[in-house]
Amino acid sequence: MQAKKRYLILFSAGVCLILLFYLQGPASRRTPNRGDDPHPHWPHFSDPLRAFIPWDQTETEDYNVRVSPRHKRDDNSGAYKCRMDSCFDFSLCGSNGFKVYVYPQQKGEKISESYRNILSSIESSRFYTSDPGQACLFVLNLDTLDRDQLSPQYVHNLKTKIQNLNLWNNGRNHLIFNLYSGTWPDYTEDLGFEIGQAMLAKASISTENFRPDFDISIPLFSKDHPRTGGDRGYLKYNTIPPFRKYVLVFKGKRYLTGIGSDTRNALHHVHNAEDVVLLTTCKHGKDWQKHKDARCDKDNAEYDRYDYKEMLHNSTFCLVPRGRRLGSFRFLEALQAACVPVMLSNGWELPFSEIIDWHTAAVIGDERLLLQIPSTVRSIHQDRILSLRQQTQFLWEAYFSSVEKIVLTTLEIIQDRVLQHNARSTLMWNRLPGGLFTLPQFSSYLGDFPFFYSVLGVKPQQKFTAVIHAVTPLVSQSQPIFKLLVAVAKSQYCAQIIVLWNCDKPLPAKHRWPATSVPVIVIEGESKVMSSRFLPYDNIRTDAVLSLDEDTVLSTTEVDFAFTVWQIFPERIVGYPARSHFWDSNKERWGYTSKWTNDYSMVLTGAAFYHRYYNYLYTQYLPGSLKSMVDQLSNCEDILMNFLVSAVTKMPPIKVTQKKQYKETMMGQTSRASRWADPDHFAQRQMCMNKFASWFGTMPLVHSQMRLDPVLFKDQVSILRKKYRDIERL
Amino acid sequence: MCASVKYGSRGPALIPRMKTKHRIYYITLFSVVLLGLIATGMFQFWPHSIESSAEWSLDRRSVHDAPLVRIPMSSPIPERGDLSCRMHTCFDVYRCGYNPKNKIKVFIYPLQRFVDEVGVPISSTGLSREYNDLLSAISDSDFYTDDVTRACLFIPSIDVLNQNSLRIRETAQALAMLPRWDKGMNHLLFNMLPGGPPDYNTALDVPRDRALLAGGGFSTWTYRQGYDVSIPVYSPLSAEVDLPERQPGPRRYFILSSQTAIHREYRVELERLKEENGEALLLLDKCSNLSQDLASVRKRCYKGQVYDYPQILQESSFCVVLRGARLGQATLSDVLQAGCVPVIMADSYILPFSEVLDWKRASVVIPEEKLPEMYTILKSIPHRQVEEMQRQARWFWEAYFSSMKAIGMTTLQIINDRIYPYAARTYEEWNNPSVVKWSSVNSPLFLPLIPPRSPGFTAVVLTYDRIESLFRVITEISKVPSLAKLLVVWNNQNKSPPEAIDGLSLDQTHMVERSECINKFASVFGTMPLKVVEHRADPVLYKDDFPEKLKSFPNIGSL
Repeated sequence: MQAKKRYLILFSAGVCLILLFYLQGPASRRTPNRGDDPHPHWPHFSDPLRAFIPWDQTETEDYNVRVSPRHKRDDNSGAYKCRMDSCFDFSLCGSNGFKVYVYPQQKGEKISESYRNILSSIESSRFYTSDPGQACLFVLNLDTLDRDQLSPQYVHNLKTKIQNLNLWNNGRNHLIFNLYSGTWPDYTEDLGFEIGQAMLAKASISTENFRPDFDISIPLFSKDHPRTGGDRGYLKYNTIPPFRKYVLVFKGKRYLTGIGSDTRNALHHVHNAEDVVLLTTCKHGKDWQKHKDARCDKDNAEYDRYDYKEMLHNSTFCLVPRGRRLGSFRFLEALQAACVPVMLSNGWELPFSEIIDWHTAAVIGDERLLLQIPSTVRSIHQDRILSLRQQTQFLWEAYFSSVEKIVLTTLEIIQDRVLQHNARSTLMWNRLPGGLFTLPQFSSYLGDFPFFYSVLGVKPQQKFTAVIHAVTPLVSQSQPIFKLLVAVAKSQYCAQIIVLWNCDKPLPAKHRWPATSVPVIVIEGESKVMSSRFLPYDNIRTDAVLSLDEDTVLSTTEVDFAFTVWQIFPERIVGYPARSHFWDSNKERWGYTSKWTNDYSMVLTGAAFYHRYYNYLYTQYLPGSLKSMVDQLSNCEDILMNFLVSAVTKMPPIKVTQKKQYKETMMGQTSRASRWADPDHFAQRQMCMNKFASWFGTMPLVHSQMRLDPVLFKDQVSILRKKYRDIERL
Repeated sequence: MCASVKYGSRGPALIPRMKTKHRIYYITLFSVVLLGLIATGMFQFWPHSIESSAEWSLDRRSVHDAPLVRIPMSSPIPERGDLSCRMHTCFDVYRCGYNPKNKIKVFIYPLQRFVDEVGVPISSTGLSREYNDLLSAISDSDFYTDDVTRACLFIPSIDVLNQNSLRIRETAQALAMLPRWDKGMNHLLFNMLPGGPPDYNTALDVPRDRALLAGGGFSTWTYRQGYDVSIPVYSPLSAEVDLPERQPGPRRYFILSSQTAIHREYRVELERLKEENGEALLLLDKCSNLSQDLASVRKRCYKGQVYDYPQILQESSFCVVLRGARLGQATLSDVLQAGCVPVIMADSYILPFSEVLDWKRASVVIPEEKLPEMYTILKSIPHRQVEEMQRQARWFWEAYFSSMKAIGMTTLQIINDRIYPYAARTYEEWNNPSVVKWSSVNSPLFLPLIPPRSPGFTAVVLTYDRIESLFRVITEISKVPSLAKLLVVWNNQNKSPPEAIDGLSLDQTHMVERSECINKFASVFGTMPLKVVEHRADPVLYKDDFPEKLKSFPNIGSL
């Protein structure tokens, strides 16, 4: 009993002691703060403080005495440091839009392959003009890519050659491409000639020399970089969790002395031969033995143990340290390999930094904090790795995979500056399908494009416009076009029908068209060519377009069902007649087939829904050469549209419910419409495929084995329970 | 054995003695501890009022109590800002260190009153209300540290918000006298009104070595991209006037110009536009007939008619923000607050927070030269885009412009993001208001990939003890060539297996349970994420009149 009491007292004393410490703790922790530091927090002053702008501070009088603000703007134009408003003549771009002139190539002038690729990319783009009077931007015929005096590609006497150009005008509105500048030992960014007011599109440009919103930083690409097309991204499917065998890898030269050597010389501190593999070699240049240090032999041996490609494809992050110059080939290699680049190049203005948000695709490190890099990359969360990796693939395919893409991106950036208020927003540049496919002239509102509905959280409009391409004269009331008009007009989603009159006969009188509940607008085609069926007519105000041939047979139910499917996939072509392509290995070319197969890659525009933006893209984005080929053949326009849409979305079109027959058999009628019967027709389509594929530089079409049918389609339930019951009866 | 006996024999005699001794000992100990506890408790809870009264006395601290510092005439002057400064050349990143929170630590110098040798203060305003607000907001934030040795960024308490009130040479000397100045390394200055007559430089004229400048009204010529931060000019009306948010949509006027300090050349051009387009434009100016006092700041006039400012801004779709003597205009803040889309005409102006904000979504930037074409340019913008911009403009104001605190926190966050770029907020996070964040869908797998068959798929089979059907499923599934792995999840809760094979779906309670699940899930998601579609995906030749053996997926649909 006594012992119990004693323990009780002891226990309560203990508790009190603990409490005492506990309560004393915070108090004592707080007091020294007050004591030692004179100002723990910013004090609250009680006296009335004055505002930083006195209410009567007016600038008016004083300001108006000054000379015109216009003169003030012009003051800066003499400076070497240029900006668009001081060194660029916008008036040249006013009337003709953004056109680019390339000086004609002179005989005997040595031009490297890379530069030739750049020039031909410009010449085959829609910006090209051969008339300097129409041009807004000028590109030299002199190879300025390699300005390293020790390089065999170096062009001598560039200074005088440029001064002799008749349109040079101190470089105003000129664009100069450059990959390498300066030479051993200091590798300055000087080009060795006076660039004047010309813009620079340069690789490895430093933030100090970069004139913001004037120069453009381009990636360093090798002479093997393909002109068009280019490799697809390496990523074929996502893995979750997104980790790969290595965390961080690098394999490259080490410079023993001179500029840019510090970072690469320090890499071995971070190398652990397990998941962080950073390999350097001293073996480059003629006299490497002379400079070699104690580490060289060990490094070289380690270097040869690993295969670069294997490392690249099996690592989550890839180190991109500066070389002699700020940029290195490692950057594009990592990007293509879906290996998230870890930049280690202080002061490098990253490629296309004006438009690309690199934080979403790369880790930007600091050379001074090399030793922190491993813990930094390890701390990056899985979610972010997954999204960084996918973004590398998007950016690679959108802007970097070929010389043409790099050049076009450069031109588009300059065009955006010229357009100013109409320019693309950052979202357009950094989201699929990328800036090259998102033309801001179409609309400045993101919701007008098919790609951004989910980003904005909006839905496409609930209506469509049907466009019927008519080529035969109206003879009898039993012609398929009448049935089609009536069937389409009955659809609850139909807003209006446009009949495009591409027939040689004059327009039929108004009363000859059947009476419908929706307005029918007849447009007479001006040139009566095939491409005009895809013109972005002002009358089309709905997001969806239903493209129809005049002899298409469709029921109202089919139209309704296809439209409901399109609403879920607004960025793709959704329709009935499907076709497929294949690689003909005997003839080494692409083949086209209309046979019944298990897959398809095209949905013909004789009966298909697509977003009206593709009309605009078809007309504006595609080069004149392809469109005129379509017009001459009066064929292939539907193939071209499929190429275009698949190139944008990287996805196949969508075929809805099977339909064996969708063309009315032409009963003895001989007309242009029965082009399907023409034996040449098929051969032409084969040829088109190959022409298109060569312009795109790759085959954009994607196969699909999926068809979308109404739920309960051909299921053994009562027909009354089916919503789209007519579809089965056809 | 022996010891125990010994102990046992002495025990009974000792205990009572020790008991009293111990009792006294324990009672004393107990009471001491208890007293200590009470004392602490009192100190802890009661004296709180004593402490807060101490704080209260702090509250009543006056700026005039701040220590006076005399600047010697010969005190060194910092160098002019170096235009080539970038984070990797002029900023000491080692001071920020590596920390798991990825947050920089900011130190604020205690307030001092700097005077020259004669005793004249270096600034006519001294500490302004706005700068005081800014510093106390920073001191209350997570960025703040009172430990000068741990700080990565230093903010002087010398107020340089308005250059007009400064004596430039003396201010520069005062900066150089700061104990940790060290060539301005890692120091951040806030300035909103740079330059002075007649040519109004676009950056603060005070020489400041390598200090970072958060400036209002930078031009592309003075802004060091990636180093300086472009900030808005705070409008004092933000705090005074409460403009309720208006639904985006068409407004009474199309274009409104409300600035009073517009160069006469531009005013002439605006008036010409007004003549051409009439009622759609409203061109306001200072009220000449009103007395010039504080209230006149809140009034604007057009031909004798008086309008309330800034309320009138809400009546227009677009509001003109023209360059004044300076590029940065406080009007921009008012315009955004009113949810009016700013039409910014100030060539070479670096828009506020342009490093992180996409101004194309909230404003229209037109070159000054194109002022006469303004009306046609604005008319060409789709309505829905205008509404989007109105919403975005208002949101920009709320998030980044509305108070000195918002401006200060945004600036620090931008610098923080540069130092810890891998933990930075994304561009979309900066630019998307929360409304959009909720309604939009951002798939984590956004890349359009059609994976090859080679990696195959993993089948997950849930089982409720129905071995028979389970085996059937397993045998069927394992025939599939692209199956990579089969995972069976055993959910046996000691329930006896149902007799019928299709028992589950025939079971009424099962369907009820599942509906309950759906409701439960929907309430957790806050919305119904499932979408109803009317189509299903079939193989291309599904149920077509075609030989089955030629189909890629024969006999499908026969189940």
